[in-house]
Amino acid sequence: MKDKHAQVYQQEASELLEELEAALLELKDDSTNKELIGRIFRALHTIKGSGAMFGFDNIVSFTHDIENIYDLIRNNKLKVTDTLTGLTLDACDIIRDMLGGGSPDASIRQALQKQFTQLISGPADGQSGGSSDEDRHEGHETTWRIRFRPRQDIFAAGVNPVLLLAELKDLGPCRITALTDDIPMLEDIDPESCYISWDIVLTTDQGENAIRDVFIFVEDRCDLFLEVIDWPTLADDNSYKKLGEILTERGDIHPNTIQKALGAQKRLGEILTSEGHVTPERIHSALAEQEHVREMRARQSAASAGAATIRVPAERLDTLVDMVGELVTVQSRLSQLAERIIDTDLALVAEEIERLTAVLRDNTMSIRMLPISNTFSKFKRLVYDLSKELGKDVRLITQGGETELDKTVIEKLNDPLVHLIRNSIDHGIEAPDIRAAGGKPRAGMVKLSAEHSGAHVLIKIEDDGAGIDAARVRRRAVEKNLLSPDAVLSETEILSFILAPGFSLSDTVSSVSGRGVGMDVVKKSIDSLGGTIEIASRPGAGSTITLKLPLTLAIIDSLLVKTGDSFFVVPLASVEECVELSRADIEQAHGRHVITVRDEIVPYIPLRKSFAIAGAPPEIEQIIISSVGSERIGIVVDQVVGEHQTVIKNLGKFYRDIQEVSGATILGDGTVALILDVAKLAAKAEAETLVPA
Amino acid sequence: MAVSKITETRQYLTFKMEEETFALDVGKVREILDYTNITKVPRTPDFMKGVINLRGSVVPVVDMRLKFNMPAQERTVDTCIIVVEITIEDEQTVLGALVDSVQEVFELEPAQVEPAPRIGTKLNTDFILGMGRRDERFVIILDIDRVFSIEELDIAAAMTEATS
Repeated sequence: MKDKHAQVYQQEASELLEELEAALLELKDDSTNKELIGRIFRALHTIKGSGAMFGFDNIVSFTHDIENIYDLIRNNKLKVTDTLTGLTLDACDIIRDMLGGGSPDASIRQALQKQFTQLISGPADGQSGGSSDEDRHEGHETTWRIRFRPRQDIFAAGVNPVLLLAELKDLGPCRITALTDDIPMLEDIDPESCYISWDIVLTTDQGENAIRDVFIFVEDRCDLFLEVIDWPTLADDNSYKKLGEILTERGDIHPNTIQKALGAQKRLGEILTSEGHVTPERIHSALAEQEHVREMRARQSAASAGAATIRVPAERLDTLVDMVGELVTVQSRLSQLAERIIDTDLALVAEEIERLTAVLRDNTMSIRMLPISNTFSKFKRLVYDLSKELGKDVRLITQGGETELDKTVIEKLNDPLVHLIRNSIDHGIEAPDIRAAGGKPRAGMVKLSAEHSGAHVLIKIEDDGAGIDAARVRRRAVEKNLLSPDAVLSETEILSFILAPGFSLSDTVSSVSGRGVGMDVVKKSIDSLGGTIEIASRPGAGSTITLKLPLTLAIIDSLLVKTGDSFFVVPLASVEECVELSRADIEQAHGRHVITVRDEIVPYIPLRKSFAIAGAPPEIEQIIISSVGSERIGIVVDQVVGEHQTVIKNLGKFYRDIQEVSGATILGDGTVALILDVAKLAAKAEAETLVPA
Repeated sequence: MAVSKITETRQYLTFKMEEETFALDVGKVREILDYTNITKVPRTPDFMKGVINLRGSVVPVVDMRLKFNMPAQERTVDTCIIVVEITIEDEQTVLGALVDSVQEVFELEPAQVEPAPRIGTKLNTDFILGMGRRDERFVIILDIDRVFSIEELDIAAAMTEATS
């Protein structure tokens, strides 16, 4: 039993250590940040406190001194220095060692401890200046009541109010109610006038200026009322003002009317509207405010109580996802059945189940989604260590850490990213003196960013180093017989040679990189995730490596198509549109496989021919236009059946060499349909056109 | 003189193709299915018949006739798929074998098994564990792990062979 608890402690402590490291590295750049110091202190305190409970006495005594130091810092009695953060990082390693049951060299430990003690006895000076408080609400989650009343002529200024509202939504959770009571009768409507106004309830930590900034260009064409209605200290329980209070506060109604209405024992909103005191929209808007504040308060109290998360073993989640996958398959069977047996009751049930399954699927998938920030913060330590080792000064900037990705994708992403960051620091970033000579800041920069792009996530590793010399890559590729000397290639194509196995530009092998084994491993792992790698470089200015990864690996939305007797699915993410291909179109192209779609010439691949499917094509075929990289390409099929929720199944070892098919799925009737990999299909078709048959 | 690789009494499942009876270790057989819809995977050799849905998982099926270079045959009511569990690259893998018909399960002692003849069979002798005697007739005991080894089912190689 004790072992089990100790295990939990070990796991927790190592997570705390990670957090501690992240905070320490941030502190290096922002040494007066109170919040960071608080975080560090708390992490140390928890490691010590729980360590005592589980008998990790060495950790307790070791952590104790460090904790004292951060307590002093917290009370402004000591200043943060680079030496201190460096020492604390070393201490983290020692604690990690102790956690693993190791007993680190006592002399190192004592030396560290001594250095720490010296820090305490050293001069304690310097009060950090308190930050000025310009925007009282900035940094605290505050709920605002915003009443946006555009003048009728707002459209004349070329303003689309919907865009403003969308911008507001970016600031935080918000509820918008449109007030339509000013819309005149149809015959009186001037289509160029705006008759709608909006009530918005927004919870944000951005402060008043951020909200006003949204409306900055329409200030003189609208009336804008801003009011704080709730902030954290105000909330002692989850109850909020009553409907009547809100309405009177907003000036929508006179208090007397409320008093009178309350006398009648009915729902206040109903009475007020039925008696015509106030329009239903205004009631609706007030109710929305009530609900919003309640929700926000519930969220806050849940967060502060620490009950917002539960730890669940990953296998249980995997089982859940498998089960949902099976459910989705059965559901599509039910839908198909309901379509065949025409029965209203059955159709109703089938539709309801379809809706619920879709919600369940999305929810289950979102459980598996994790923000990539954890992975990112791990790299801070890597960059710190590497730049020390290589005598370079490198700062890591991360962006978009909140971007969520499937758990498995994140796990498999770790190693490739380590490789790429190492490469950037070792090969990309120059030594400080060289940088200074080249007119760049001495400190190099590696930027790690993540962002959503459709059903994909783009992860970029940028550096401001020397960049990759395309000419040198080309020479190497020719030397290694990977490329014929007279081949005409774009720069991107040349750069992608660095992904080839055994390819290295470095003439020397360092402990960090240069063996030419890294990049092909990176490529393999990204391939296995169904992702792609793109390399861009500007000599002297740095390079950017972009990883494009699918959001999830388990279930995707796709388009079900049919050719001959075979069903195929095309991931919806790669589908742009479907167009018809008639015999006349084919004749017009004079035997070339191209069609004009929206004034653009799009090449297409006839699937029937490509996959040698028997039978003659129908009179009118369908082309699925998809985007591959920056190009558009069509896939010709007999028939588009419809959308399909696809549970991805692996085809197994025997089919691993088949590239055009990325997997299989089971259809409603139990047959297996293959999932097309459009990019690979296009690449294959291209390769076959180039080689004369 | 080669000796049979079989040294213990085992149970065998027999199946028929082209008037020839084959046997395989019952321990390797997971189940026997009626013929079901098989989805062909494009750009694969003919003997890789395709994939089937086995209670939610996708299982590849090999046409044994074509694999053993026998002429293809229209399917009959007896045509069935023997689902076997094999070990490939140290991993358990499930695979279907399409055969003309399944016969019976019986026991054979090592004494009833003779080593595979080096000549005289149309089959690659590597595939044969031994020849079992059954009612004055011989059955070919297959080394199923060998038949379905990754090299044997290498799609890329088979396709290059077919096109060259």
